[in-house]
Amino acid sequence: MLRVESVTKSFSGFMAVKNANLDVQQGEIVAVIGPNGAGKTTLFNLITGILKPDNGRVFFKDEDITGLPPYEVCKKRISRSFQIVNVFPRLTVFENVQVSVLSQKKKTWNLFTPSNRLVVEETVEILNNVGLIDKKDRTSALLSHGDRKLLEIAIALGGNPEFLILDEPTAGMSPEETSRCIDLIKQLSDKLGLTILFCEHDMELVFAIAQRIMVMVRGTTIIQDTCNEVRCCKEVQDAYLGGSEVCSV
Amino acid sequence: MAGRAGQKKYINLYIAIAILLLFPLFLPRFYIYLISIILLYGLLATSLNIVLGYGGIFQFHHAVFYGVGAYGIALVLTKTGFPPWIGFIIGPLISAALSLIMGLICIRLSKLYFGMLQISLGSLVWAIVYRWYSFTGGDDGIHGIPIPELLQSPNGAYYFTLIITVISMWLMYKIIKSPFGSVLQGIRDNPVRSEMIGVNVKKHQLLGLVIAGFFAGVAGMVFVVVDNTVFPDMMFWTFSLEVLIMCLLGGWFSFLGPMLGAAVVVALRTFVSTFTVYWALVLGIIMILVIFFLPNGILGYVEEIIKRRSQTGSTIKG
Repeated sequence: MLRVESVTKSFSGFMAVKNANLDVQQGEIVAVIGPNGAGKTTLFNLITGILKPDNGRVFFKDEDITGLPPYEVCKKRISRSFQIVNVFPRLTVFENVQVSVLSQKKKTWNLFTPSNRLVVEETVEILNNVGLIDKKDRTSALLSHGDRKLLEIAIALGGNPEFLILDEPTAGMSPEETSRCIDLIKQLSDKLGLTILFCEHDMELVFAIAQRIMVMVRGTTIIQDTCNEVRCCKEVQDAYLGGSEVCSV
Repeated sequence: MAGRAGQKKYINLYIAIAILLLFPLFLPRFYIYLISIILLYGLLATSLNIVLGYGGIFQFHHAVFYGVGAYGIALVLTKTGFPPWIGFIIGPLISAALSLIMGLICIRLSKLYFGMLQISLGSLVWAIVYRWYSFTGGDDGIHGIPIPELLQSPNGAYYFTLIITVISMWLMYKIIKSPFGSVLQGIRDNPVRSEMIGVNVKKHQLLGLVIAGFFAGVAGMVFVVVDNTVFPDMMFWTFSLEVLIMCLLGGWFSFLGPMLGAAVVVALRTFVSTFTVYWALVLGIIMILVIFFLPNGILGYVEEIIKRRSQTGSTIKG
């Protein structure tokens, strides 16, 4: 479904992503792991159009989407959540998701219909799915960190995606929140049939839900395979555990 | 429950409009003029607030569109033989067109840089108007503009101002509450995320700027009816600053905040300046106090108190 072919991106001489390859099949859950600074977020930014790659191509459903602006990528039904909480702080929880649904339904040029009556059902359904429905009238800046991370996902779901990219969905969550989040991701995959690409430091979570794992080290993808294969792979063990390198697992 | 609260809000609004309609029956002419000015400045400040408070765009030189709208109608009425109503339409449309052109240039930049470029371009427009004696009357401006007879009396002008202001405010309110308004607020809060949910940020901002420019032009047109003059100072950057202050003072996250701010600024200018020429000093002190203690403006603070009251009330009941 998504194919990334030898994508490269450098920031003033520093190679953040170097010759990265990635392949995600329809309906799969794929995890990207790697030490801090391996270029995971940059890779996601390159896929979603926030950054333009220096080299290489990104294909979605065999269509070349390299270098498209984010709002065009979104129209291909690719949504993402962010690692650092990235919501609309002055809007309520409900409005946060509603804006996303409105945008997906192409209603944003509508100047004179009151928006409080539009796409209410869709918005409520998404809030129900992620379990934020009882907090829907709260200003999102006042939410707890865990809830804001869930809202992150809810906003991404507002785009009615087929392909969902989650950048460290559980970062900073408490253990209970993390397990709720794992359930949510599984549910999204099972019930809504979403294809999910995510990156995560929590290995327990990765091995619990990912069907395949891609390992990134210093900007390069070194292996993409099933969980067991990755666990046994020599290079991965080197990258994470070997030598004097700090283990970030 | 929300519906009932909404109705109650509207009742207050209807009462306010009714009182405004009755003013000419008992208020002296001077106050009628003053209220007209407050209404049209409030309209101008609200139009700025669409892009400032709701759009998060630093439109520093908003008065240009106000001035251009006013000059548009003034020039049609004095220099052409067109029927007057064409002038009334052309004024705001010219403002909207200028807003589109300036927007296309400035929108490439963001935040403060947008504002700086906007001030420069706006000052350019001001300089042209200020210097082009044969066409715009230069620094003299244009006086004694022949507006239609119906609107010449103070009361006629007042009712015209009131009606246009109410209609414009209603339209702007509709726009703020529309999906477009929601998206605009989303862009204000987080442009990167807005792009990621499929919003073409620049295009939406541009439409916001055109709408704001249009209503600024409407305010300029109303000023011509009230005052029968235009002059280049209407689009000098200091006046833009004054409009900006109206927004901040009244509350730039409240819909009626800029209107309240306009009332405060006009009242200060009128009444304090009879005691001292340093009325701006008083305004400055008030502004400092507001920024320190009421960062959401006067109306923003009042709304906060009302919200807090109703919340504690409901928890007691619950």
